[in-house]
Amino acid sequence: MGRYVLRRLLQLVPVFVGTTFLIYLLVWALPGDPFAGKCGERACPDAYVARMREEFHLDENVVGQYLRYVGNLLQGDFGQTFSGTSVGQLIAAAYPVTLRLAIVALLIEAVIGVVAGVLTGLRSGGFLDNVVLVSTLFLISIPVFVTGYVLQTVLGLRLGIIAPTVSADASFGELIVPGFVLASLSMAYVTRLTRTSIAENRRSDYVRTAVAKGLEPRRVVGVHLLRNSLIPVVTFLGVDLGSLMSGAIVTEGIFNIRGIGGLIFRSIALREGATVTGVVVLLVIIYLLMNLLVDVVYAVLDPRIRYV
Amino acid sequence: MRARRAAAWTAGLLSIALVTTACGGGGGEPGGGAATPSGATITVNGTEPENPLVPGNTNETGGGKVIDALFSSLVEYDPVTAQPANMVAESIDTTDSRVYTIRLKDGWTFHDGSPVTAQSFVRSWNYTAYSPNGQQNASFFSKIQGYDQVHTEDPDGTAGPQTAPQPAAQEMSGLRVVDDRTFEVTLSAPFVVFPTILGYRAFAPLPELFFTDRAAFEAVPIGNGPFRFVSRQPGVNVVVERYEQWPGAPKPSVAGVEFRFYESAEAAYADVVANNLDFIEVIPPSGLAGNLYQTDLADRSVSRTFLGVQRLGFPLYDARYQNPQLRQAISMAIDREQINQRIFGGTRPPADGLVAPDVPGRIPNQCGELCTYQPDRARQMFQASGFQGPIELTSNADSGNAEWIQATCVSISNALGVQCTFVPVPTFGEHRSAINARQLSRLYRTSWVADYPSIENFLNPLYRTGGSTNDGEYSSPAVDELLARADAAPSVEEGNALYQEAERMIIQDMPAIPVYFQSFQAGWSERLQNVTVTPFRELDLESVTVSDN
Repeated sequence: MGRYVLRRLLQLVPVFVGTTFLIYLLVWALPGDPFAGKCGERACPDAYVARMREEFHLDENVVGQYLRYVGNLLQGDFGQTFSGTSVGQLIAAAYPVTLRLAIVALLIEAVIGVVAGVLTGLRSGGFLDNVVLVSTLFLISIPVFVTGYVLQTVLGLRLGIIAPTVSADASFGELIVPGFVLASLSMAYVTRLTRTSIAENRRSDYVRTAVAKGLEPRRVVGVHLLRNSLIPVVTFLGVDLGSLMSGAIVTEGIFNIRGIGGLIFRSIALREGATVTGVVVLLVIIYLLMNLLVDVVYAVLDPRIRYV
Repeated sequence: MRARRAAAWTAGLLSIALVTTACGGGGGEPGGGAATPSGATITVNGTEPENPLVPGNTNETGGGKVIDALFSSLVEYDPVTAQPANMVAESIDTTDSRVYTIRLKDGWTFHDGSPVTAQSFVRSWNYTAYSPNGQQNASFFSKIQGYDQVHTEDPDGTAGPQTAPQPAAQEMSGLRVVDDRTFEVTLSAPFVVFPTILGYRAFAPLPELFFTDRAAFEAVPIGNGPFRFVSRQPGVNVVVERYEQWPGAPKPSVAGVEFRFYESAEAAYADVVANNLDFIEVIPPSGLAGNLYQTDLADRSVSRTFLGVQRLGFPLYDARYQNPQLRQAISMAIDREQINQRIFGGTRPPADGLVAPDVPGRIPNQCGELCTYQPDRARQMFQASGFQGPIELTSNADSGNAEWIQATCVSISNALGVQCTFVPVPTFGEHRSAINARQLSRLYRTSWVADYPSIENFLNPLYRTGGSTNDGEYSSPAVDELLARADAAPSVEEGNALYQEAERMIIQDMPAIPVYFQSFQAGWSERLQNVTVTPFRELDLESVTVSDN
C-alpha cells in the first residue's frame, strides 16, 4: 500500500510537466494579440506593447517562456499578472473560497444523494421511488444558471432570507445556497447511481446469505449492501470534487464568489498565461490526489481489492 | 487484514491532508477587507484595474474610476453639463492658442503632505510621454512641442524584429517651469481645445515618491484628489477614504468609498436591489428586459445618454468600399428609430451626427437626410454603386451587440434587396486585432466614448489622416485642413464653428455610419441621496450623500 501510494505520487511529476506545457502552448495559440483589446477602441501605443512584451518575455518562443515559468515555479514564484498583481496571491485568495464551496457542494450531494438513493433502491417501484426519479430528472434537465438565478431571486431578492451575493469572506453559512446550486446536478447522478447499485446488489447471493443468517436488516443494508454498492458512487464523488473546483464558473458568477472559476475565466480572456497555468497546475494536482484517495478508499470498502 | 485496513485508512487520511494542503494555502484569510471606518462609507460597483493605479497608464473604466477619486487635475468637468472648469489651476491663459501659461492655486498637497507644484505636473507629463516608459496614455501629450523628441515609434510595428530607437531627449521642450506655482506649455501647433483636455486623467500630477520608488507608489498610490488610498485586495476591492485636507469644492460628504469588483453585472445588480451595494452604472440585460429595473429600483435609477456614439466603420483600404454613394446608401438603409424602439426600448436615440449629445460644441441634426431611413433612395444609390456580393457586418460576440447588429442587417437587407449577414468573432481582443492590423473586408462595429467633453474629440482622433483611432484609414485633405484651422482658432467658439463645418463635410463622405447614441442605466441603494451621475457614467462622489444606517 505504501509503495502504491508513493508510485502514484511520483506519477504526479510527468503529469505536472505535461499539463503545464500543454496549457502554455494552448494559451500561446489563442487567436488575437493580448494587447489588442486593452486600450479600448484605440490601438495600444507601440511603446506600451513593447514594454509589456519585454517585461513578460512574450517575444521569446513558447519553450523558452515555459522553461522560465517552470524555473520560477520551482522556487515558489507563480509570476505576475499584467496588472502587476502576484499570481500566487490571487490563487491564495481564491483557492480556499472555491475549496469551501466545493466541500459544501460535495457534502450536500453525498448526503442527500446517498440517502435518497438508498431509500429508493430498497423500495424500487414505490411511490417515493417515482417521486425521486421525477425530481432527479427535473434537476438534470435544468441548467445550473437557471437554478442559480431562481434561488438568488426568490431567496435573496423576494424573500430576503439570504444575501443575494457572497461576501469576500465567503463563510460556510453563506455558501450553503450556492453549494446547493452547484451540487444539484451531481446530486441527481449520485441518487441514481446509488439507487441502481443498491437495487442490483439487493438480489445478490451475499445479501441473501446475510439475511438467511438472521442478521438484523440495519446491518445487512448498512454494512453488507452499502459497502459494495458505494464503489461506483465513491468514484463519481471523487472525480466530481475535481470538476466542482474547476467547473464553478457559472455559480461563482451568479453569486459573486471570488473563487477559481472567475479567476480562470478572466485570465483566459486576458490571455494571462501565468495565471491560467498556475491555477490549472493546482487543479491537476487536486484531480490526481482525489483519484488516489478514491482508489485507496476502494480498499477500505472492499477488502478483496489489493494494490501491488 | 486488520493491518492492511489500518494502512488503507492512513493512506486515505494522508491523501486528504495532501489535497487540503496543496490548495489551502494555510486557509489564512487575505487582507481583511474593508473594516468600516467611522462615518458612512459607500460601495460602488467596479472591475479589477487592468494596470497598476498610475494615471498615465490607465484608460479603462475599472482603474479609471479609482484614479479619478484619487487624483485631481488642473481642470474638472461639471458633473451635469460636462463643461470644463478650473480645479487645481487658478488660471490657464493664452493669446495665440499655442503658448499657455498655467498658474496653480495655493494650498494643494498630495496625500503624503508634499505640495503640488508646477514641477509635479511637468515631471509627470514628461514621464508619461517618454516612450521607454511605455505608458498607455502617452499620445495625449502629442500636441506639446518636443513630443516627437521623447516619443519614438517602432519602425516595423511591435510584431517586427526591430525595436523603437532611443528617444533623443528625456523632456519635452514645450514644458517650462516658471516658478513653483506657474508653468508654461508651448504646443507644436495651435490647439484651442487644449485647456479642455487637461481634465483627462493622463494629465494628473504625480508625487515625488513615484519617481524615486515606483514599487512603493504602486503598492500605495498617492494622489492629490478628494479621496486617498486605503487598501486594495486583488480580485475583491479597492478602498479609499476622504482626504480631509483636500482644498477643492464641494468636499465629499461620504467618509470613504469601496470600489467592489463583481464577477458579473447581474450579481452587482442583485446586490443593489437588496441594498448590499450602493451604486451600479451598468444595469444588466436581465434588469433592462421589460424595464424591470424601474420596478426593482423605484425612484433610485436613472437612464440617460452619455458621451458615446455607436458606429459601423468601413475598411476604406478595401477597394470595394471606395464609393461614397455606396456608404451613404447603406446608412440610409438602416431604420435607426425602429432599432431603438425594438431592441433598446427607446433608450438609445438614433444618431443624427457624429457627435454625442451633451458634448460642448455639438449641434443637432448634422447628418440630416443621410441618417434617415429612406429605403427607395438607398436602393437606387446602392444599385448605381455597382457593389458586388453580400453585405457583411462583424463585431465581437462577447458583449451585448449581436441583437442590434442583426436587426440592422435585417433593415439593410429589406431596404437594399441584397443579402446581409452578421459575422461575429468571439472576443473583443480578436475584433480589435483584426481592426488594428487593417485586415477587415467587412463593415465593423466600432464605438467611441469621449476622453474629454469637446466636439474636437469626436473628429480629430477618428477622421483626421493618421488619427489615433482612424481605423478605416479615412483620409481627406479638405477635412484635414479644416480641422487644422479649427485647432488654430483663437477662441473655443470660433473653433467649434469650424469643427461643425468639418463634421458636415465628413458626413458627406460617410467613412463610418453613426447608428445610435450610447446610453446607460444606473441604479443605487436606498442609502444614497443627492445622486448625480456624470455624463462619463460615473457617480459624482463629491456631491452624493448617504444616510447612516
